Amino acid sequence: MNYIQLDPHLHEGGRTANRLKRIWNTPSLLVGSIMFAVLIILAVFIPYLSPYSPTEQNLSAFLQPPSAAHWLGTDQLGRDLFTRLIYAARTDLKIMVLAEIIPFCTGVFLGMLAGYYGKWLDAAISLLTDTFIAFPFYLIVIIVAFASGAGERGIYITFMLVGWIVFARVVRGLSASFRKQEWVASAQTLGLPGVRIILRHLLPNVLPQAVVVLMTDMVGLLVAIVTLGYLGIGITPPTPDWGTMISDGQPFITTAWWLSAVPGFAVVYTGIALSLVGDGLADIWRKK
Amino acid sequence: MMSTHPVLEIEALSLAAKSNEALVHNVSFSLGKGETLGLVGESGSGKSLTLRAILGLLPRGVTQTGGVIKSGARSAMVFQDPRGALDPLCPVVKQLAEVVYYRQQVSRKASRMIALELLERLGLPDSLQRSDRYPSQLSGGQCQRIVIAMALACKPGILLCDEPTTALDVTVQRQIIETITSLQQELGFAMVFVTHNLAIAANLCSRLYVMKAGEIVEHGDTLDLLQHPSDPYTQMLIDSVLPLPELEGGRMNG
Amino acid sequence: MMKFKLAPTERTDGNASHKWLLIALVRALAVILCVMTAVFFIIRIVPGDPAKMILGEYSTPEALESMHHALGLDLPLWDQFLRFMNTLFTQGDTGNSIITGTSARELIAQRAPITLLLILLACVLAIIIALLLATLAATHKDKLLDHLIRIIPAITLGMPIFWVGLLLILLFSVRLGWFPVGGAGEGWSGTLHSLALPAVTVAFSQIPTLVRSLRAQMLEVLESDFVVTLRAAGIPNRVILFKHVLRNSALPTLMLLGVNISYLIGGTLVVEQVYGIKGIGSLLFTSISKRDFPVIQGIALYCALSVVIISLVIEIISWWLDPRTKGKQ
Repeated sequence: MNYIQLDPHLHEGGRTANRLKRIWNTPSLLVGSIMFAVLIILAVFIPYLSPYSPTEQNLSAFLQPPSAAHWLGTDQLGRDLFTRLIYAARTDLKIMVLAEIIPFCTGVFLGMLAGYYGKWLDAAISLLTDTFIAFPFYLIVIIVAFASGAGERGIYITFMLVGWIVFARVVRGLSASFRKQEWVASAQTLGLPGVRIILRHLLPNVLPQAVVVLMTDMVGLLVAIVTLGYLGIGITPPTPDWGTMISDGQPFITTAWWLSAVPGFAVVYTGIALSLVGDGLADIWRKK
Repeated sequence: MMSTHPVLEIEALSLAAKSNEALVHNVSFSLGKGETLGLVGESGSGKSLTLRAILGLLPRGVTQTGGVIKSGARSAMVFQDPRGALDPLCPVVKQLAEVVYYRQQVSRKASRMIALELLERLGLPDSLQRSDRYPSQLSGGQCQRIVIAMALACKPGILLCDEPTTALDVTVQRQIIETITSLQQELGFAMVFVTHNLAIAANLCSRLYVMKAGEIVEHGDTLDLLQHPSDPYTQMLIDSVLPLPELEGGRMNG
Repeated sequence: MMKFKLAPTERTDGNASHKWLLIALVRALAVILCVMTAVFFIIRIVPGDPAKMILGEYSTPEALESMHHALGLDLPLWDQFLRFMNTLFTQGDTGNSIITGTSARELIAQRAPITLLLILLACVLAIIIALLLATLAATHKDKLLDHLIRIIPAITLGMPIFWVGLLLILLFSVRLGWFPVGGAGEGWSGTLHSLALPAVTVAFSQIPTLVRSLRAQMLEVLESDFVVTLRAAGIPNRVILFKHVLRNSALPTLMLLGVNISYLIGGTLVVEQVYGIKGIGSLLFTSISKRDFPVIQGIALYCALSVVIISLVIEIISWWLDPRTKGKQ
């Protein structure tokens, strides 16, 4: 069973202390995780933290500037901006994570198949990805989201259709290069079935890179969700969503610019957190 | 030997990586005019870094932490991987002429003429004079000759050779070595020759320095050193060379 | 042995390069066919009845039926497909607009110039800024400047392009009054003036990816052996940077642009909406709000075709320019 020792993944051995130390020594991962955790904690506990409702209107207190009572002021319908911002994080982050699950699995799986088996399967999957990639991302997202109806369901359908391509392309490249490595060849000569090699040896080797890509892709997906909301074909009001919040604030851009600016900063904040996590993970896995 | 007027003197040179890891420690040697000195040792022993330090072009992240390098002549370098040492998107003639232009301070036209002369001198085919010949279209040996020509265009007093034959076919290796030695006889430059091939070192160098893990473990006249190594590491290096009849036989003793 | 007179090998090389070109063309053609098929299915794979979407939730069965007929949805699928392909190949069209009755192709052609101009401007801006930042970062590796430039992608990755547009409008149009808030100006200078902010916005979305890859690319070139050779040979640093390093990074930049052209077009469509530019993006949104399927399909088709063709052209150009792809001679 010589080949097992040559598999870089099986060689690693899990020393938890060592791993913790590595995380500690990777500031980007630490900072990113903390930033993301803060957002999640706020989103989970917001009903207990804020006295305001995210949807209830209070027309006597509309378009207020930031104050002690309303940290970020109120919108045109008198709703507390901070409360809505965090409730929107609930909606958007939940959809972001859920919408990414199926594309991630499909993409990694198809990428491994294409890269490992090559030949016609590779050609077929490559043709499929090339076709999808020919359509500008936002064009296809807008059309599919519109055609499948505004709202959460439309977003899930959209990303099930287009989200897998990124992962398929990255994993395909990795798998193709892994296939050429000697330990894979020796595993094959030992007569191990392809499925076993793919699941036991290929998957653990491509997964780290795929997870790094997942982090950046989640940011892209979040931005797309927000964009759809802004264009009126994503999350439908009154459910709070950063995108609809930005478009709601747009008419007041000259008088109450923060209405549109703040939700955008929330997206940027999430984006920074996730890309820091991604960079940190990439660093850790590269050092190995 | 000719140590009265050394063209290059290195005293207690130490190099370290950014993480303070010592890469080269306390290396000293001097090089006489026209002399050839060999640095031998396994890969990663700091030989190439020492050359880069002499050249003044340490890789990013490596710094000189001690020692003095006194150089009385211009140095030029020949690299291990000839193909990588040439800009893949620049015709070879142009690259050579560019070096001549900046080093010899002549006109563009004259620099091209000198470049063509150099090509001829190094036995390169006329077809390379055409301006559409790129490094990728040349053989490894041809590329190495271009690199040597570029080094010569600097009119060096010292030629630093970093395993110039390792990446080449065995048959080409000898031609390159012969080219270098005949050029040395003609032009009279001194040479620091880095190699892990003891046979080449024995043929070329008057003195050998054996390096291990960034330090010089032993040095001396080539013949002495190879015949009576005092350091176990040198002995190991010699033993690792499969039967070297010349070493014990005629050439070395004669 | 050194072969001073190599046997002529042009013949085999010629074959090899023709083969490469042929494969690239066939692949592009296959993708184009797939794109056409996808455009046909794009309104059929998603759940929901297009006719119902056009007429609204509470339409009469008779109205639905006549709409089905008008769209050709009452025919068998393969028949629909053949008709669709037929109009596509004979007229380069995806049908007539349901609303105005004019051909989708003509509607798109009317709107195309301003969108193309915007994309071109954004491209040029993005390349210039990205090259500048990448060069600065790569030549100052691990110094403050490099760190600052490397932070940019992490920050801008999460910036929705329409939001960036809004902020730019707020700053440069509303506060400073340098640029018009939206729309298209009169004449060449007016058009350029009104397209400046939109172009910056689109370029802004491209710069992070470009800078990130270009910086990595330049570092690889900067640390390659040939740069050391040139330095050792006494060529001034600025000559090495501008003549050798930049040229070696130019090809990958071109390739990168080929990969990113799809994102560039998509971003442009959204940005048009923010700035109220009457280009293909605004046509897309009016068509969507009026459920004008043939026009939507036409836009999808022409955008995807441009992406495939531009990528192919870029691939061929970089292959043409790279001496490494030519064989030994």
